[in-house]
Amino acid sequence: MESPAIELSDVHAWYGESHILHGISLSVQKGQVLTLLGRNGAGRTTTLRAIMGLTGERRGSIKVHGVETIGMPTHTIAHLGLGYCPEERGIFASLTTEENLRLPPLLSTPRSTPMSEEAIYTMFPNLAERRQSPGTRLSGGEQQMLAVARILRTGADILLLDEISEGLAPVIVQALARMITTLKAQGFTILMVEQNFRFAAPLADYFIVVEHGEVALSFPAVELATKQAELDVLLSV
Amino acid sequence: MTDLFGIPLPALLSQLLLGLVNGSFYAMLSLGLAVIFGLLNIINFAHGALYMMGAFLAWMGLEYLGLNYWVMLLLAPLVVGVLGIFIERLLLQWLYKLDHIYSLLLTFGITLVLEGIFRSFYGSSGQQYAVPDALQGATNLGFMVLPNYRAWVVVASITVCLAVWALIEKTSLGATLRAGTENPKLVQAFGINVPRMITLTYAGGVALAAFAGVLAAPILQVTALMGSNLIIVVFAVVVIGGMGSILGSILTGLGLGVIEGLTKVFYPEASSTVVFVVMAIVLLVRPAGLFGKEK
Ligand SMILES: Nc1ncnc2c1ncn2[C@@H]1O[C@H](COP(=O)(O)OP(=O)(O)OP(=O)(O)O)[C@@H](O)[C@H]1O
Ligand SMILES: [Mg+2]
Repeated sequence: MESPAIELSDVHAWYGESHILHGISLSVQKGQVLTLLGRNGAGRTTTLRAIMGLTGERRGSIKVHGVETIGMPTHTIAHLGLGYCPEERGIFASLTTEENLRLPPLLSTPRSTPMSEEAIYTMFPNLAERRQSPGTRLSGGEQQMLAVARILRTGADILLLDEISEGLAPVIVQALARMITTLKAQGFTILMVEQNFRFAAPLADYFIVVEHGEVALSFPAVELATKQAELDVLLSV
Repeated sequence: MTDLFGIPLPALLSQLLLGLVNGSFYAMLSLGLAVIFGLLNIINFAHGALYMMGAFLAWMGLEYLGLNYWVMLLLAPLVVGVLGIFIERLLLQWLYKLDHIYSLLLTFGITLVLEGIFRSFYGSSGQQYAVPDALQGATNLGFMVLPNYRAWVVVASITVCLAVWALIEKTSLGATLRAGTENPKLVQAFGINVPRMITLTYAGGVALAAFAGVLAAPILQVTALMGSNLIIVVFAVVVIGGMGSILGSILTGLGLGVIEGLTKVFYPEASSTVVFVVMAIVLLVRPAGLFGKEK
């Protein structure tokens, strides 16, 4: 059987002395969209950061396309096919829009057809107009587009998206939802963290609720209706 | 018009040139410090000692191997750059997660070791290094006599500083460096080998110091302590310009050299302290430095 795009088993992660992830196990199949839900501070961002090797110490097993990454440095992990869009977008203030877009290099073994710059500018015309302005002068929505667009140029086939809908106007959120649908149809594997359940619900194939650094609930999209009550309890503040 | 405020114009202009020469050294050294500080977040106290090594390597190349000035102008930065790679890989890289004070102490220690080595071999009196043939003599500009070598120092260092500036601000390599200065972890998450970039940046920064050292060899005494004498002023320049600003460190370096030169003409008693007076004033008015961004 083909190995999952991402497979975590019993992952523990630390920031310095604080033990944040307590044995997370999950797998994302190729072409699947998996959404991580959970309350603030549950450990969802930390899960994505652990996959990228951006936390402190990590233990357990994290495989990307079947390759064990626990001992690897972050830049080597990325080349296995990962595109990372961090919380708060991570647009660089000292770089222009164009420089931000061109920053991530082509992966050493591209696993998807890298989107050309022209295709990106056609998809996001606003970015084309603002090519030469500093990345952080863009509106929140444009910055989010840029943060996603720049990882589509690299040939990554697994996208890690951390709360891309946060703080954006409804029209932009709808545009992002259409974009995710398109990317999914193109065969991308997507692991996304979402607070906005209404945004995530129609897109995801699989849901995982994280609580206190552990998986509290996991179920496929078809069971959404039957799990709704349990989900409401876990996500209530 | 042959004098200004009672000072003969040629004397004024030659002090101005001297100031520009000193300013060129300040600019090259503070530029390297700023680039290193930006990416590595350390204050490289060893910068002065590596500048001294550049000057000594130029002298040693000629003395022992018969390698002329032009060869050493390339070779000395290369040797010091390689030394920089070792310093960063073997020593500095373990200190990034700790407080600033550790890397400051380490690089201070490296300074003492390097200066100690050169002092024990060559004593504290200076070695003479002749101005290369092609740059000997002076050009009479009519209003002043311009020593060729000094003119070369100013032109060469401004050219190199501008080239470094363009590399950082205008190329994609520079964009990666700027991004790494802002958020190295995210840059690494894009698949860029940030640890290697850090090593090469340190090597590049100290190679620039060695280049300045070779330029200095024919006009200053080549001594083990020549770096320490200079680096204190350079730190003041960095503070005035604002830590981490590329263009800022170049302009501040040149500007302060000129201010120092003019002070020598108008009020010689203050010429060695004027930089620190400027520093105090700038810190009062703009704590982040002239070109630094307030955090
Ligand atoms: N750099 C850090 N150092 C120490 N602790 C951290 C760090 N980053 C996050 N934490 C802690 O780890 C826990 C999990 O944080 P994480 O960012 O993964 O939460 P999250 O599920 O993404 O929630 P949200 O994004 O809504 O805050 C929180 O208790 C947080 O305080
Ligand atoms: Mg988060």
